Amino acid sequence: MGMTLAEKILARASGRATVTPDQVVVARVDLALSHENADLVRKSFKEIGVARVWDPDKIVIILDHRVPAESEKTATTHKAIREFVREQGIRNFYDVGRGGICHQVLAENGHVQPGMVVVGTDSHTTTHGAFGAFAAGIGATEMAGVWTEGELWFKTPATMRIEVDGEFAEWVSAKDLILYIIGQLGADGADYRAVEFDGPAIRRLSVASRMVLANLSMEMGAKVAFTPVEEIAPDPGAHYERVIRIDATREVAEPQIACPHAVDNVKPLSALGNVPVEQAVLGSCTNGRLEDFEIAARILAGCRVHQRTRLIVIPASQRIYLEAMRLGYIQTMVEAGAMVNPPGCGPCVGVHQGILAAGEACVSSTNRNFLGRMGSKDSRVYLASPAVVAASAVAGRIAHPAEVTA
Amino acid sequence: MSEQAMKLRGRVVVVLPDNVDTDVIYPGRYLNITDREKTAEHLFELAYPDLRAALQPGDIILGGKNFGCGSSREQATAAVKFSGVGAVVAKSFARIFYRNSINLGLPVVTAQAVEARAGDELEIDLLAGRIANLTTGAVFDAAPLDPRAVELLEAGGLIPYLKRKHSYSGS
Repeated sequence: MGMTLAEKILARASGRATVTPDQVVVARVDLALSHENADLVRKSFKEIGVARVWDPDKIVIILDHRVPAESEKTATTHKAIREFVREQGIRNFYDVGRGGICHQVLAENGHVQPGMVVVGTDSHTTTHGAFGAFAAGIGATEMAGVWTEGELWFKTPATMRIEVDGEFAEWVSAKDLILYIIGQLGADGADYRAVEFDGPAIRRLSVASRMVLANLSMEMGAKVAFTPVEEIAPDPGAHYERVIRIDATREVAEPQIACPHAVDNVKPLSALGNVPVEQAVLGSCTNGRLEDFEIAARILAGCRVHQRTRLIVIPASQRIYLEAMRLGYIQTMVEAGAMVNPPGCGPCVGVHQGILAAGEACVSSTNRNFLGRMGSKDSRVYLASPAVVAASAVAGRIAHPAEVTA
Repeated sequence: MSEQAMKLRGRVVVVLPDNVDTDVIYPGRYLNITDREKTAEHLFELAYPDLRAALQPGDIILGGKNFGCGSSREQATAAVKFSGVGAVVAKSFARIFYRNSINLGLPVVTAQAVEARAGDELEIDLLAGRIANLTTGAVFDAAPLDPRAVELLEAGGLIPYLKRKHSYSGS
């Protein structure tokens, strides 16, 4: 019987001819990613008591959640990680000013190859399915086990296939598509599942946009998610637990917004009413890439950010920062009144620069809007596309890009 | 954990809704606390600020669907475990939270149809997949734990499990 992408990769990584859903296998890990929580992993690893990590060249550590250090506590954590990296000979370490958000840095430095098994101590590790990798988030102690043994057990996931046809309307993007899908399927709609995206509308998307789909699949519970790559494909006759077909033209005709406090609380923009925003955030592992800045700069050119609103822009990496400067996007956005934060996770996790006060609302291109995610438990986060974030910054309320570019 | 200890008894301290996320369990602002015991000080701090004071050792949290969705933060599991919670019973778990719990030695039990209210006394048989509500007398099916999960829970979590394994092999 044919295998899905997830089954194919797990079969290869566990030394079997085939695997089937629910089968538990021990798979060899090709790449192990951590950020600041490498410090937690390090502590668990020391408790286990082996002297050396299994393979220093397969470990990548990228500081991104609190860069540069905002407190002495974080500075101490960063220092402990630097010392550990030196001690263990881990060469793939991206320190402050050398990288950016872990998923972007991993991708742009070519660490991920199709067919790899990638684990990361970050839930959005699913992003790397855009490069044909079986990429899943795990916890810190589990990662200490990977650092020790270089392998991990997996329950082979059933695969859900999502085929998308049709055309994206102007100002509608991959972010709107995936928010729509999460809204339809629910926060556990793909729990424990692998997701394969395909179809003409997917194949026309840029790599950056495909990363958005794989990244946010986590928010419907997916273990891993794939968009098509040339090097590896599911077998003809692979078995899918469920096939979902979406006509983007009809079903995602306008921008989609995930309302507080759940990512599956999705409404079309036109159903939202008047939502004033005190903050707008453009950035994150979901939407802090060049194409996101391009569209935001196009909307912001010649405009001013509304006096009620603060616009915070965070390039996903140093490389994107440089390129966005070279292309003039940063200049345009700063002239419009944006503040640029250093490459990193920014306020997305609510721990670094751009925290919300009680009563404030934020429209954000990030990935979660949970209660208190970006600051006060009495603040509200609305998730949207980069275009809607830029338009809303100008309008001072959640707005359709057509309103401010007309 | 012995075979005996694979049976748990405790009081339901709270019944929570579907999709309790990791930011609700453990706010992101405390992620730079890496001492596992200390994470307990911030359990449910934003969403259910009174819950921590009500907790007694061995209490059971009853959740809905997709318990622990969101971040991979292990502090969410640590905060539950080191607050003295004996087990979490839920209709389903988000996968990373589930794995983190087993790895830290916190029993997590998937059961679809448990009827219980805060204050009810439950008895959970982890191996047989059976939950008895001792207060009402009702008995419910639970998913039996995967043998690998049993092995890890019996060892007290992944760290003691690997510690033993690697000291035996001499590496």
